[in-house]
Amino acid sequence: MSDENIIVVENLVKKFGNFTANDNLSFEVKKSEIFGFLGANGAGKTTAIKILCGLSFPTSGNVMVAGFDAYKQRNLIKKNIGYMSQGFSLYDDLTVKENIEFYAGIYGLSRKLIKQRFNELVGKLGIHDLKNKFVKDLPLGWKQKIAFSVAIFHRPRVVFLDEPTSGVDPITRRQFWDLIYEAVESGITVFVTTHYMDEAEYCNRLSIMVDGKIEAMGTPAELKDKYKASNMDDVFVKLARKA
Amino acid sequence: MNRFIGFIHKEFLHIFRDVRTMMILFLIPVFQILIFGYVVKNEVKDAKIAILDLSKDDVTTEIIAKLDAAEDIEVVKYLNAYDEIDGEFRANKIKAVVVFENGFANKLTKDKNANVQIVLDASDPNLANILNSYTTAILNNYNKENNINASGVNIVFDTKMWFNENISSAYMFVPGSMALILMVITALMSSISIVKEKETGTMEILLVSPLKPVQIILGKLAPYALLSAINAFSIVLIGNIVFGVPVNGSWGLLILTSFLYIMMALSLGVLVSTIAKNQQTAMFISMFVLMLPTMLLSGFIFPIENMPVVLQYISKIVPAKYFLIAIKNIMLKGQGIPYFWKELLVLIGMVVLFIGISVKKFKIRLD
Repeated sequence: MSDENIIVVENLVKKFGNFTANDNLSFEVKKSEIFGFLGANGAGKTTAIKILCGLSFPTSGNVMVAGFDAYKQRNLIKKNIGYMSQGFSLYDDLTVKENIEFYAGIYGLSRKLIKQRFNELVGKLGIHDLKNKFVKDLPLGWKQKIAFSVAIFHRPRVVFLDEPTSGVDPITRRQFWDLIYEAVESGITVFVTTHYMDEAEYCNRLSIMVDGKIEAMGTPAELKDKYKASNMDDVFVKLARKA
Repeated sequence: MNRFIGFIHKEFLHIFRDVRTMMILFLIPVFQILIFGYVVKNEVKDAKIAILDLSKDDVTTEIIAKLDAAEDIEVVKYLNAYDEIDGEFRANKIKAVVVFENGFANKLTKDKNANVQIVLDASDPNLANILNSYTTAILNNYNKENNINASGVNIVFDTKMWFNENISSAYMFVPGSMALILMVITALMSSISIVKEKETGTMEILLVSPLKPVQIILGKLAPYALLSAINAFSIVLIGNIVFGVPVNGSWGLLILTSFLYIMMALSLGVLVSTIAKNQQTAMFISMFVLMLPTMLLSGFIFPIENMPVVLQYISKIVPAKYFLIAIKNIMLKGQGIPYFWKELLVLIGMVVLFIGISVKKFKIRLD
């Protein structure tokens, strides 16, 4: 982890009519950090992620992602981030290779570079047998790993993972986190939302949103200390009860 | 540009790998055109007709005997007055009435000219057309056999289409099928393919990527535009080769008009995709809101002039109606833009309108 801020959010407000989805959010995420973005359903996580990914405009406040402004430089933000949704969104009727080639292609990577990185990836994940299989024939765990590999294939500065482990068994989840750590080591910053509180412990720092506001922020140890809880689950429940 | 080509490549992979999509794209059009074609070409079997013989002389008796002897026509009734025709048609007992004028044989010898009128129940335009040509052929035969023409004598035919005076051409099925097939394939398939991306969540990934929304939509539509154009061309070709339906006007205009219609269907597809949340809804909307009016209210199968006034008004918002007018003018009448520029303008207006609404809906969703 370094001191360089890769995401800076100051007083972010997002309103839909009278409803305030994001109420004055402020936080920073440092380079090569794993930042856990927690909150119950409807707390405003998705709205905030959409703004950080350049999909929608903030109502007010400053938002910088990878050094670019969320109002004026959305296209530059998009080029420098990766995104993985909870559905592990790949094309079922394309092979693993075709999926990767397609997604890499829309990020403007050259054919040569795609080929080179694809061969690296095949070696790293050990998917010689899988690479020409249709995604629909893959087990969920592999879909998840490949979706993540696709999200970081263009070497983004930040990758946003929206509940990347939902519906996956604990062992596969653990393996998946190994991939995340590996990505972090290569210099990628990880911004992750999750429902699994055991996973929250894997993050360097966490923020917990309740009703559109960030109620708590800090390392897992700090939060457990502060809320006198033995695990993150208790912290979360204590905070959520306040809502 | 490379990104765009990659996108289209992927889109073609989706299309070529889905058996259902391939069938809808390539088998249905061929089947549909062949079925429609043969239905229209279908022979008339035992068509029941009536005779209104106001003359009752030797010549008329002989002609009536010939009509009755014809294989596919059956004379079932003799009427006594012209006003009986309407009732007979409405009772649906007969399909045509052959009327001989008063003093037929006399006129034929004296004036060298006598009139036969064929009155047809044109509520079924195709049947009426076929029956008309049958009957005239028999009368023509009589003319020839008796050398009536050679001696300067002539039976003059007059055809009256009951219920549908300006009967539309039997060739209607080629333009009509084109309107229908292009609408179904283009709007249905493009809307489904866009909605599918929403459903599986891949649309989200595309939107987060540096691709602009406009590039995403164009990338999704381009393959369908191309395949629809190929389809349009095949339909015209099959119509021409198998059924002898002509292209009397300019091919350039035909291509231009078809392309405009394809654009309109694509923009409708995009509009449907902004409304529909899943593929079933997209299919439902395309089938009932787009396909049925195209089939029933465009003038393809049922003449618009014969519809109840309310339906006539509704037909004004059916895009296929304008396409049909334009394309009939080009293919069958061989006319140029001066005859259908209004229809082309309406189609252009529809493209602009549908895209405008889609963009607006899309923006609201992103906001």
